[in-house]
Amino acid sequence: MANPIEQFKIKPIVDLHMGNVDISFTNSAVMMVISVVLITAFLTLSVRSRALVPGRWQSVAEVFYEFIAGMLRDNVGSQGRKYFPFIFTLFMFVLFGNVLGMIPGSFTYTSHVIVTFAMAAVVFIGVTIIGFARHGTHFLRMFFPHGAPLATALILIPIEVISYFSRPFSLAVRLFANMTVGHIILKVMGGFVVSLGGFYLLPGLVPFAFLGGITVLEFGIALLQAYVFTILSCIYLHDAIHMH
Amino acid sequence: MEAQAAKLIGAGLAAIGMIGSGIGVGNIWSSLITAVGRNPAAKSNVELYGWIGFAVTEAIALFALVVALMILFA
Repeated sequence: MANPIEQFKIKPIVDLHMGNVDISFTNSAVMMVISVVLITAFLTLSVRSRALVPGRWQSVAEVFYEFIAGMLRDNVGSQGRKYFPFIFTLFMFVLFGNVLGMIPGSFTYTSHVIVTFAMAAVVFIGVTIIGFARHGTHFLRMFFPHGAPLATALILIPIEVISYFSRPFSLAVRLFANMTVGHIILKVMGGFVVSLGGFYLLPGLVPFAFLGGITVLEFGIALLQAYVFTILSCIYLHDAIHMH
Repeated sequence: MEAQAAKLIGAGLAAIGMIGSGIGVGNIWSSLITAVGRNPAAKSNVELYGWIGFAVTEAIALFALVVALMILFA
């Protein structure tokens, strides 16, 4: 029986080396290129007609647009509008990575912590720069809540600083762990179906029905995690712009 | 004790961390159901926070699972 974590193995497709650095074109990179091409094709082709009364494809694209625009409006306010392209790109990239990874035999690039951490680090550094650019050194006020007695500063400031710097890690590990664990569960359940159904047909149906339920749940998790990753980025952006 | 046995026991112990996450997720849904039952008009406002709370709490269980996997395979 194959190892359940073998599906996350990165295999080079085109071997490329720059000095001692391995920059091979891998199966992970192939899936990223596929998802970016799909997103671009879907968004450009569906809004090509620019109809006032949207057709079927155009209304799907408008649902995505409205969803993220509404999320920014509710969580960041009108000042967040200029960050819409970034948030929308982040959402579509994570969403397509999660959903394309559910295709059997494909590769889930969001199940690698380096990919999710790169995105979380961009969000964290960008949000910190926005905060300092808008408020200057007054941004450091964020580490001390308004109205708290001055005597508590000794305890509160280290806690706030630690919680601020743990943001990129929790953002990255949440997405990575959800996708990795979900795919491992699918593989383990699939192993149960094969090993039980190979001997007796009827008992094999029990894990098969369970596998069906888990697959539906994993599709839900794929959508939900893309949503959570985006909305937490929005909340961090709100903190930087409005300082609580 | 053999290193392999200690690894397996450690991975099992790491999974204990999921108890807290189970209690937390149960708390979130029970509070959500209570809130919607008391004020059904607030459903659309409250539901979103329920899902965010669920995802954030569930992540704690996944951290425990990542630790277990690291003990087993890394």
